[in-house]
Parts: sequence; structure tokens; C-alpha cells
Amino acid sequence: MITKRVVLRFPQRLVEQPIVYRLVKEYDLSFNILKAYVTPREEGLLVLELSGDNGKFEQAMQYLARVGVIVQPLSQDIKRNDARCTHCGACIAVCPTGALQLDQQTRRVNFYDYKCIACELCIRACPPRAMEVYF
Amino acid sequence: MTKTYEEINEKIRRGQAVVVTAEEMIEIVRKKGVSRAAKEIDVVTTGTFGPMCSSGAYLNIGHTRPRIKLGGGKVYLNDIPVCTGLAAVDLYIGCTALPDDDPRNKVYPGEFRYGGGHLIQDLVAGKDIKLVATAYGTDCYPRKKLETWINIRDVNEAVLFNPRNAYQNYNVAINLSDRIIYTYMGVLKPDRGDATYCSAGQLSPLLNDPYYRTIGIGTRIFLGGGVGYVVWNGTQHNPSVSRRENGVPCAPAGTIAVIGDLKQMKPEWLVGTSYVGYGATLTVGIGIPIPILDEEMARFTAVSDEEIWTQIVDYSEAYPQGISKSLGEVSYAQLKSGKIVVQDKEVPTVPLSSYPKAQEIALILKQWIQKGEFLLGEPVQTLPGPEVGITFKFLSEKSLNR
Repeated sequence: MITKRVVLRFPQRLVEQPIVYRLVKEYDLSFNILKAYVTPREEGLLVLELSGDNGKFEQAMQYLARVGVIVQPLSQDIKRNDARCTHCGACIAVCPTGALQLDQQTRRVNFYDYKCIACELCIRACPPRAMEVYF
Repeated sequence: MTKTYEEINEKIRRGQAVVVTAEEMIEIVRKKGVSRAAKEIDVVTTGTFGPMCSSGAYLNIGHTRPRIKLGGGKVYLNDIPVCTGLAAVDLYIGCTALPDDDPRNKVYPGEFRYGGGHLIQDLVAGKDIKLVATAYGTDCYPRKKLETWINIRDVNEAVLFNPRNAYQNYNVAINLSDRIIYTYMGVLKPDRGDATYCSAGQLSPLLNDPYYRTIGIGTRIFLGGGVGYVVWNGTQHNPSVSRRENGVPCAPAGTIAVIGDLKQMKPEWLVGTSYVGYGATLTVGIGIPIPILDEEMARFTAVSDEEIWTQIVDYSEAYPQGISKSLGEVSYAQLKSGKIVVQDKEVPTVPLSSYPKAQEIALILKQWIQKGEFLLGEPVQTLPGPEVGITFKFLSEKSLNR
């Protein structure tokens, strides 16, 4: 079993195709939609948590690449600018998944990017604006 | 056993002063007792790094040829309006000022991405700042328009002058309403969804000198990464609030006004910050050395988070309406544990003042003193204490029709 959070980018020609349906039907993956939208240029963006058998997961990724979906791990999309972060802690109020957590010993804010679901609530809640989106 | 400022400064000059941070002092007094600690320790350093809205800087940008009188005119620095109610080329930047075209809270909650605090940080970082000004023109100052880049290197003076900083204790903020609220205490989730607090607690300067015995006019301090001074009590200085037996106030109390040469400060200790739905401000780094003159000062500086208490205040109704009402008292040790109980509900706590940065400031100041680079300033006058009987006033409004 493998579970990964991925960002899928759909070019315009794929926006109307049932890609996720195929992931379920043909590769037996389960999915949890974290975020989905279509941009003004009619490109689709979908953030998914996908789980399934290792081999099938790999095949599914190959399928996505073959049809032209760009796949990227989610952790690359929300980043912390460490030069701006002051470790105040304001962001932990809004983070719904515990990706931003205060270390009780050091009192520093840790960012666990693998827990991040890219909800973007921290972006504006961060007083020095240290959290950055790269969608 | 008492020590004088001069004796301690002489030890600093000789590189023999024993300097510890307010965190280290807690352990030292626990292990050795107040009496031995008072003998052995000369200086305790404190630190705080939090948003401080009553902050700003004044500049003298130098006269133009032909001359212009900006006083009474309009000046924008990076589109931020600055105060011109001074002489010809003196300006004051307030850290909460916003560009005229910032949407503020018209698109709620506003983002306040760039304000006076960000401008001050850019200035300190040595970036060129765009100046656009209009003036009315006089016989001696004929010019009416000025557009130029300025840089902190080239101006005559750049001085950080903050009328109210380093609050001695602060409220814990909570939201009792059923909607999310955006405050200067951060984002508060509905129905006690979180509780925010904003003090360095046991490291905070004024909590380590609760009766202002050593922090007064003339105290030399760490300010924004450079050297500064306490010049007055801060605005809203309110020493009269209730205190615990250890002298520590249980609510926001004393404040200080501080000053220092902005040219020697650093952008990492003066950070422009934005509070969503509230506004822009400046996060200021301040560190104050406290001389251990006697056993009382040793006891004061050994105060720990367990012994510092503060009030929980509702920011959805009580605070905005100006109703003094506490929902309970908690210690900083409880706040730092990550959760407190408010009206029978367990609530996660969220700090707004950076404790790691406060530690860093206390450490830097300790090193400055150990190296003999930083001498203590003996106050020429102390700040008003509880005995003065200051009362904190709300504005009493009067009708204009009389």
C-alpha cells in the first residue's frame, strides 16, 4: 500500500475527460479530493490524496503521464521562506492538519510539508508572510 | 550586599561581568538561592520580539536645491503617506500607515501587504525608497514638487522612535462569537476555537523588573538589532493594575518609549508584518539588561512562566465594546503547554510573540555585555510606578454643539 498527495495539472484538452474515474476503475486507487479548480485559461488543477497497491500506483502515474497530465508531489507547492519566518506561531491557529506545529521544547514552528493539504489558510494568517504558494 | 551601576560597568569594562539570560537566571536562583545569585550575577538580559503598533521612524532627508518645504505638504514613501507636520525636510513614518489605494477592509478581510512597517524594514535593509512629494511653496522654499529615490545611507538622520513598546504583560484573546474574527491578536476561530497570547513571559523585559527599579529614562537597550535607549514611559503606561505577591502585574501594565539610530539597526530585527483583516505593523526586537543591584533584583529576574498570570479577554464583544471583563486567569506556563480551559472547553493556544527570537535577543545582548562592548545606562529618572496612582482613561466624548 502507498499513499501520496499529488498535484495534477490538466491541459485544456483533458479538462472534460473522466481521468480520476479511470484511476479508480482501472488502477483500483482510492482518492480524497483536497482541492480542485479550473483556471481562466481552462487548465485544470486537482490536488488529490491517492492510495493503492504499489505496483498499480506506479502504473497509474505512467497512465497520467501518457495522457498528458502533469504530476507533482504536493509538498513542492507550499513552501516556507525561512528568511522571513520569525517562528512567532500565528500560523498554527489556522492550520487544519497540523502541518504547522509548535515544537514544545524549542518553541520553534515546524513545517511538516507531507501533512500539508495546500488549503492556503496560512498564507494570509502569517504576519511576516513567510508562507508561499507555488501552484 | 548591594552593587552600583558603576561597579557593574567597571566589571563589564574589564570583561569580568557575570551575565546570564532571564531564562538561565530562573535555574540559577532555584539552585543557589536568591542571596548567592545576587552576589554572583551582575546582569540579567531579557528579550522580546513581537508586533508593536506604536512604532515609527523619523528622517531628515536633506534640503533640495531649490528648497522645498514638505511641512504642511504631502509626502509618499513607496506610496505610504508619511507625517509631514514638522520642519521642511523632516518626516515621520508611522508603522501602521497604508497606501491611499490599499483596499483596507473593503475586501474583507483585508491583506495589508505593505504598510509603514514594511517601509521601515526596506529602509533599514538599505533599499532605495521612492519619494513623491507636493508642497505649497513659499518665498524661502519655492519648490512645489519633488520626485526622487532616497536611501538610508544618504539621509542626514534616520531615527527609530517608538512611543509605546514592550508591553508588560498582555491579554489572552479568545472569540466567543459564532463567526471567525480577524484581530490584532491574530485570526480567532468561532466559539473559543483558539486562544492567542503575545508576550515573551519569563524573558520579557518589564516582567523581570516589575516595579521599574532599573528600567527608566536613559536605560541603554538592544533595539532593532542595534543600540537604543528608553526615553520615557510608553503611552498607556498603566502601573496601577492589580499585581501578584511577586509584584508581577496580572494584566497589561507598564510600557516604554524607545529611541535609537536606525542606521545601525538590522532588517531581521525590525520586520514589517501584516495582520489579516486588521492592518500592517512592525515587529520589533527589544532586549533590556537588568543590573542585579541587590537580592530583590535577583528575585525579580528569576520570575518564571508559572508565576506570571494574565487575563482571558473576549475579542468579539468585550474588547471592541470597551467592556472590562475577564473570562479567567491563566499562567504563561499553562499558555505554553499548548492548551487552556475556557468556560469548560479545552482551547488550543497560539503565540504571536516569537519566543525563539526573544531568546536570541537575550543571548546577543549577553554577548555584547560579556565582550565589554555594551555598558549599562543608569536611569536619570525612573518610570512612574504603582505609587503614582495613574488611572487608565477611556475618552470621554463631548458634543461639539455648545
